[in-house]
Amino acid sequence: MSFEILTFSFMHRALVSGAAIAILCSVVGLFLVLRRYSLFGDAIAHSSFGGIALGLLVGIYPIWTAYAVSIANALIITKIKDKYNISGDASIAVLLSSGIAVGLVIIGLSGGFTIDIFGFLFGSILLVNVDDTVLILALTGIILVVILVLYRQILYSTFNEQQAKVSGIPVEKINYLIVFLAGITVVTSIQLVGLLLISALFVIPNVTAIMYGKGFKQTAIISMGFSIFSVITGILVSYVLDITPAGTIVLLLIGLLAGTMGIKSTGLLSRRES
Amino acid sequence: MSLVEIKNLTVRYSGIKALDDVSFVVNPGDFLGIIGPNGAGKSTLFDSMLGLNTKYDGTIKFFDEDIKRSKKYLKELGYVPQKPVFEKNFPATVSDVVQMELRDESKQDRIDKVLRQLWIYDLHDRRIGDLSGGQQQRVFIAKALINNPKILILDEPVTGIDQQSTDLFYNILRDLNHRQKITIIWSSHDLDAVNQLANHVACLNRILFFHGESEKFFSNDELVKQYSEASMQEHMRHH
Repeated sequence: MSFEILTFSFMHRALVSGAAIAILCSVVGLFLVLRRYSLFGDAIAHSSFGGIALGLLVGIYPIWTAYAVSIANALIITKIKDKYNISGDASIAVLLSSGIAVGLVIIGLSGGFTIDIFGFLFGSILLVNVDDTVLILALTGIILVVILVLYRQILYSTFNEQQAKVSGIPVEKINYLIVFLAGITVVTSIQLVGLLLISALFVIPNVTAIMYGKGFKQTAIISMGFSIFSVITGILVSYVLDITPAGTIVLLLIGLLAGTMGIKSTGLLSRRES
Repeated sequence: MSLVEIKNLTVRYSGIKALDDVSFVVNPGDFLGIIGPNGAGKSTLFDSMLGLNTKYDGTIKFFDEDIKRSKKYLKELGYVPQKPVFEKNFPATVSDVVQMELRDESKQDRIDKVLRQLWIYDLHDRRIGDLSGGQQQRVFIAKALINNPKILILDEPVTGIDQQSTDLFYNILRDLNHRQKITIIWSSHDLDAVNQLANHVACLNRILFFHGESEKFFSNDELVKQYSEASMQEHMRHH
């Protein structure tokens, strides 16, 4: 493998954007996984399909319409779920199917633009331009700052909603904030792995990190480490082997998960008994 | 001034009264044991006092202020739930869990202090889900105490905990009330424990059956018999 690929500016953009998305997805994903909302990222991503199709139809940059449609859908579904007491998994199913349905209808109405859609379905991290990179870095920074500022409130309402309420934390508002942040994160990350594999970045590094039996901050750091490693290695390996980056990244994540399960089964990660 | 004043509290669920015209006060330094059979309305009372249930008639005042007007009272309150519900694999250590409640982040040293006070400092880096029920319950008391509350509310805190841990738990409560002068409001099924620990008793069975000094309740055989019969009837009704 030649180090020449590291001199390409498109590769610099891909690696920087990829690392930022890796951090963002693992942090936001940790809260979703612990709230038993693992598939929420997937549902938002499918919902963004309708937004992307809408953007292509009306000639607006599809990522912008994807942001608008995904976030609006996610917030509306969350409101309906709370108001009508629909279970979390059922609301995810509604969100997921409605986005795809809207997208398919729009594609049908427009006569089809399947080639443009392909990049959004499977990701195109090597094609990110300078504007995309700046946007990804800016959004990553803003979301991480929001999470750091509201860290205690978000963590506490994730741990136990009822006790967080008694502690005076505005749990409903925090829940909507998490949905909002997840919506932005998903659409921002679509360029890396595409909307079909996005939930892997939310779920797999966190499920793997949780197995190490550490505290919250350490778990988040381990998850970010696995995520960054998989994304960077995945981009480089896929370029050299001329295969899809999205699939390579996800397979690397699954490899880390399998390796961790293997170590755990030997008893090396078993926690002390009380 | 009483710390807590509950006046004519009535709560209905689907038209059925879960609490009916309940009134009592809690004064500074009180150790109030709330007793009553299953379905007597103890958890409904706590939910209303903690602001988790806002659909009630009557008034609840903490520090002379109606809790529907201000939530400031929550800052002076520590709450230990019946059985803390959390994800078994939640990646939070004992220190993480206590820290969640800590409002003033500059007072991190309080975490170690309160963990030592409850004899769980050695567990500070262990995951909460890996601890026994008794250890978890002590962590939740530590969490409730971290902001130096004036009032501690405990909802049947020893449910499902072994006798040794329960005895230790009661000693801790006694110490908090006697030495640290924390007012305690505690619901329990255990009449003997209430007799030993509480200086006031509120006997609840949807209506307030008795409220007063625990000595007066436990020295009155007729009252205790009435309570036991009511509890038994309620028990039979549920089974």
